[in-house]
Amino acid sequence: MTLSVGPQHPGSGHFRFVIKVDGDYIVYVDPDPGYVHRGHEKMCEYRNHFQNIPHLERPVIHDSCNITYAYSLAVEDLVGITVPRRGQFIRALASELSRLSYTLYWLAIYGIFLGHSTMFMWPAGDRELLIDLLERLTGARVTNAFNIPGGVRNDIPNNFKEKCLAQVNYFEKRIKEYDDIFFNNPLLRQRTEGVGILTKEDAIKLGVTGSVLRASGVPFDVRKVEPYDVYDEIDFQVQYMKTCDSFARAYVPVLDMRESCHIIRQLLDKMPESGDVREKLQFNIKSSPGETYKRVESGRGALGYHVVSDGSPKPYRVKASVGSFRNLLALPFLLTGSKLGDMPAIYWSLNYWPVEADR
Amino acid sequence: MSSKTRDVNSGDYAVARKNQKVENKIMDKSSPKIKQENEIELKEEDSNYPLSNNLLTSITTNFGNNTKIVYKKEYRSKIMVKPENLVETALFLRNNHGFDHAESASGTDYPSDNEIELNYHLGSYSNTDYYPYIVILSARVNRDDPKSNSLINIFPSVEYHERETYEMLGVYFLGHPRNERFILPEDWADIPPLRKDFRIKGR
Repeated sequence: MTLSVGPQHPGSGHFRFVIKVDGDYIVYVDPDPGYVHRGHEKMCEYRNHFQNIPHLERPVIHDSCNITYAYSLAVEDLVGITVPRRGQFIRALASELSRLSYTLYWLAIYGIFLGHSTMFMWPAGDRELLIDLLERLTGARVTNAFNIPGGVRNDIPNNFKEKCLAQVNYFEKRIKEYDDIFFNNPLLRQRTEGVGILTKEDAIKLGVTGSVLRASGVPFDVRKVEPYDVYDEIDFQVQYMKTCDSFARAYVPVLDMRESCHIIRQLLDKMPESGDVREKLQFNIKSSPGETYKRVESGRGALGYHVVSDGSPKPYRVKASVGSFRNLLALPFLLTGSKLGDMPAIYWSLNYWPVEADR
Repeated sequence: MSSKTRDVNSGDYAVARKNQKVENKIMDKSSPKIKQENEIELKEEDSNYPLSNNLLTSITTNFGNNTKIVYKKEYRSKIMVKPENLVETALFLRNNHGFDHAESASGTDYPSDNEIELNYHLGSYSNTDYYPYIVILSARVNRDDPKSNSLINIFPSVEYHERETYEMLGVYFLGHPRNERFILPEDWADIPPLRKDFRIKGR
């Protein structure tokens, strides 16, 4: 029997996949993304680098600071400028807050699709605190457009440090409560442990990234292996697990959240007291001809921009390599042969964001 | 796009374009001068990038004149090969240096050269030395009849990337099991949208 999951099915987001089932087992999976495709890369060729910033963050507005971070690094490499030190700290701070906010949103969805309403409401409520912080910092709640080529748009507001520290301290306590109510729940464990095994060899072969890769035992984190801006001065561990199942893929982002809190505290501590936050650039800045590929670690894994410039103010070609699109390859691989009831546990553990895959 | 430019029944998507005059103007304008550094310049900074040197020396010893090193930066290097040598170079990179997956596979349209450049961004998860490193394997194919050998048997991770390149730039990948629609709407009958002669209406 052939079943079509999505795009109106709440379990798939704006994404459809066709599955064939034989009894209770899935025998064939065909993903069909593209329902929110907006010609993102093509439209970048019509705008200059600054105009591209608010446009680029649309695919994942919950993680907007990381997307614009990668593009800004690429443009800075082409133009050949260095961001002032205080600016580097502030945009790393914004990207960590943005990562926390995204991960909480994803965790809420993971909770509700495994039938746990409290796990939907708690992270969704706690995310408000982070959005408030981002609003104080950037002026917008979700579409921040904060990290731009040359640095960040604004300096941090008064009393931000204290507010941020207080929220982070509160938030670390909450992560323990998530463990108690959700991840130590025997029912949740039964539904996710040993389900959807993606071995290390297969993960490498499929070229997956982010939490999916780290749950399969490969300690790959762009912040660690190729540190950008101030990340080489920050002390943190790459979180990974070796059980390779859905539980590991769901739990690695939570371990990452703990590290993010740790990173935020260090960033606030080491940040210079004063100084410029951005390199003043012309609006119609011309980059030298050439090409570059720069990447950052986003909430869904490595996120890279390949930018080709012909010397004009507009990029000649922009290609985004995003985590969701790369992790999509693991979906047919894991679902084929598994039981239909395991579908939500496997699908949402892939940290998949349909809008980002479409770009 | 307006409904006028769509022609579902026509097999040849290029026929559907009405504003050919506009296209020709754009084609003249877009003459990119992307810097293509040559090998001689690169030798001056050899000591800075030991990782690149190991890799590029072994590539040039094995493939000689068939490859051209376009640039060498920290943790990045770009190798241009002929389309017919794409598979063997990729195989060499995988077997001898541990590049086991592709971060992305994409293409860039160069209408003034009548070529489409394919870029494979290869990375390594199994060789920890090469963790931060990305090698860009490139080949230029003819724009009128773009065909290239698929790397799907060497890097299974390129499956969706090549499908996307097929529909966005119209490059046919020989040996790929599914050269078919992936992201664009089902009724798309225009030219591949990432080609430079495709214009967004009103811009």
